[in-house]
Amino acid sequence: MSASNATSDWARATPRIGLSEEQAQLLEVAEAFCRDKSPIDKVRALIDDETGFDAALWQEIAELGWLGIGVPENYGGIGLGMGELVPLVEHMGRHLMNTPFMATVLATQALVRGGSEAQKEEYLPQLAAGAAASLALCEDHADWNLENLTATASRENGKLVLSGKKYLVLHAASAAMVLASVALDGQPALVILPAAALGGRMTREKIIDDTQRAYALDLDGLTLDEAHMLPMDMTADALAHIEQAASLLLAADMCGGAFACIDVTLDYLKTRKQFGKLIGSYQSLKHTMVDAHQAYEKARSHLYSAAHVFGEQGEGEMAVHMAKAEAAEAFSFAADRAIQFHGGFGFTYDCDAQLYRRRAIMGCALHGDARYHRRKIAALMF
Amino acid sequence: MGRGIVAPGEARLGKARGLSHSIAKGDFAMADTAPDFDQQELRDFTEQAKAWFQENTPREVDFMLPLTFMEVGTDQQFDFLRDWQNKVYEAGYLGAHWPREYGGGGHHRAFQDAATKIMAQERTPIMLNAIGLNWTGPLLIDRGSEAEKQSYIKGILSAETIWCQGFSEPEHGSDLGNAQTRAVRDGDDYVINGSKIWTTQGNYADYMILLARTNPDAENKYKGLSFFLAPMKNDGVETVPIRKLTGEYGFTQTFFTDARIPADCLMGQEGEGWLIAMQTLEYERGARSGQAGGHVMMMADPTDILGLAREAKLNGKPAIEDPAVQEELVALMTEARALGLNSRRDKIQPLAQDRPMSLALGSKLASTDFYQRLNAFAISLQGTRAAYYVGDDSAHDNGIWQRGYLNSFSATIGGGTSQIQRNIIGEHVLGLPKS
Repeated sequence: MSASNATSDWARATPRIGLSEEQAQLLEVAEAFCRDKSPIDKVRALIDDETGFDAALWQEIAELGWLGIGVPENYGGIGLGMGELVPLVEHMGRHLMNTPFMATVLATQALVRGGSEAQKEEYLPQLAAGAAASLALCEDHADWNLENLTATASRENGKLVLSGKKYLVLHAASAAMVLASVALDGQPALVILPAAALGGRMTREKIIDDTQRAYALDLDGLTLDEAHMLPMDMTADALAHIEQAASLLLAADMCGGAFACIDVTLDYLKTRKQFGKLIGSYQSLKHTMVDAHQAYEKARSHLYSAAHVFGEQGEGEMAVHMAKAEAAEAFSFAADRAIQFHGGFGFTYDCDAQLYRRRAIMGCALHGDARYHRRKIAALMF
Repeated sequence: MGRGIVAPGEARLGKARGLSHSIAKGDFAMADTAPDFDQQELRDFTEQAKAWFQENTPREVDFMLPLTFMEVGTDQQFDFLRDWQNKVYEAGYLGAHWPREYGGGGHHRAFQDAATKIMAQERTPIMLNAIGLNWTGPLLIDRGSEAEKQSYIKGILSAETIWCQGFSEPEHGSDLGNAQTRAVRDGDDYVINGSKIWTTQGNYADYMILLARTNPDAENKYKGLSFFLAPMKNDGVETVPIRKLTGEYGFTQTFFTDARIPADCLMGQEGEGWLIAMQTLEYERGARSGQAGGHVMMMADPTDILGLAREAKLNGKPAIEDPAVQEELVALMTEARALGLNSRRDKIQPLAQDRPMSLALGSKLASTDFYQRLNAFAISLQGTRAAYYVGDDSAHDNGIWQRGYLNSFSATIGGGTSQIQRNIIGEHVLGLPKS
């Protein structure tokens, strides 16, 4: 009864959205930065690069201080929240910019929320200064539930011995450290794997998004000091925070992608002629573009609402699930139609529409598609 | 810049101490400009309004009340709603922000917004004189002559003078620019001939905002149109009620046969009709503000659908327990929330500048389409009960969703169909070539 009343109250309340002064500044800066630094020919050139990103650009991002945004000031960061990362990731998404930014920021959040004092002191300043990092969360069961763990750690002679495999570890080859989730005595645990421990254990995966990089990690027999494990009493909370933070940033990336692929398609519809007319004058295409655009606008409103209330129990969680669900659907639809509306050219690798469609599928595969997030909302609501 | 995050090319900042604490993390940090009114006064006003509506809203009405201003079909409904609007106006909760010298309350707009919100929350009966309040009134305040303002504004607010709109014609629904109703100057009069359709409250109206052709030989069809504030109770004006798909009334077809109206009914100059009509449509579509406030449509709100999903039975169980229903319900609740967020976001300039006018021009399409699907979904939750209609004891909630669904087409067709809206958005927001 009380749960249903709470849902009714929530539905009746005025939905909240806002923009902090920092978010507004970052929006402006990111817009120019990403446009200048990630033109489409550069995105395409990086597809053939082994690391998949421009090391000099990564350095610039570090120098801008963006990696310290979500890090508290006493650990070398700027001490802002996840909401301030949204405008940055949104514009990276608009320009298909690919760096270890999201992977690093999320690994950083795992430490901020789940690390011991000593771990935070040791690692956070490095991460804020530009060391790349990543999270190893996914497993062969393909479940989005972060607590469904078959990779394990066990204690042997005062050491931790790991077993199992992790998948879809983004930019692992460039990471100074990877945080992996494992089960220890049936409970979830996060362990810090320094790059030195990962030699020979990494295999590059063939993923649908050619602009990104992911690796499988073989953990069998990997041995670590106990000091590499995050305090287990904080791990469940840290994993929940990771899912929320990742969903928020992926929603930002996908909103950016949706905007961009609508833009690219509009350009084509305004220049391509068939039967003597610009094809954008045909209503079957025009009206569908409007539907794609309207879906994008709704998703973007949810995105900045989620950024605004992030971290609040209940309302914050609900807002993030809505943002991810809406961004996933808006981007998937816009990119699907982008391929179709480019006609024969859309069927070629040279057409950029496929880059967006692949990125949309990747964005749904990581941390849940629209249906998954709607189920989460249903569980909170009903 | 330089307070935390530097622009490319600027020096990297060190630690920006205190940065995150320097700005209040309140809602709408940038959403609203600094208010130029007393916040305490607004709070008092809001509290008084809430108390007033709680005490005065009629709860026990023994006949069916219209859910929208387009459904006023009986004299009983009309008289009731006219009295109700008058009462709300006299209490100071309608046109609270319109100029005092013409009959408004002279407050900041935030006052009326607060009162309007309470009306929606309290689910009060609708405001009757919608076309006067929301389209004609703001138009007159913005561009009417002093005499027009003095003559019409107060009557609009008090519901003493009822307004209707004469834009669409039987042969020209979406193609408004092609209107053929003629207005010919004859001495101190114009003589009107022709026919208008979908005249909401046409049989009750005292005045019509009328789009008519004064010059059939103008260089293009738009320049031949003029805009009139035309009296309806004159000889030669006949209204014939139209029965709607719901079986109810609410619209008329209006026939002008050598109807004489005084020449000073012309608003602006001859040939400015299209321009003024377009401005009127901006009020109608919510793309321009200035409306008198008060709600003119009772929209189902998402909490109603939650209640329905809990009560209605599907396959012997509450509908809300069905996972497929849950997913659809969540999607609809998410969409309802987006509509509210869109209008909030439209006021946050940095988040509304990529494609100017996008959110304002998109709102009619988004909301009318949404409510149609919401009503259809509600019917789908009722099992065999979906078969019943208003007036049957077996109908769920007296058939409110069935009626609401059929009625929802008034909004997806009226005021420019959803297909016309897509053309407008496609061309004016997305920059696509004309169809």
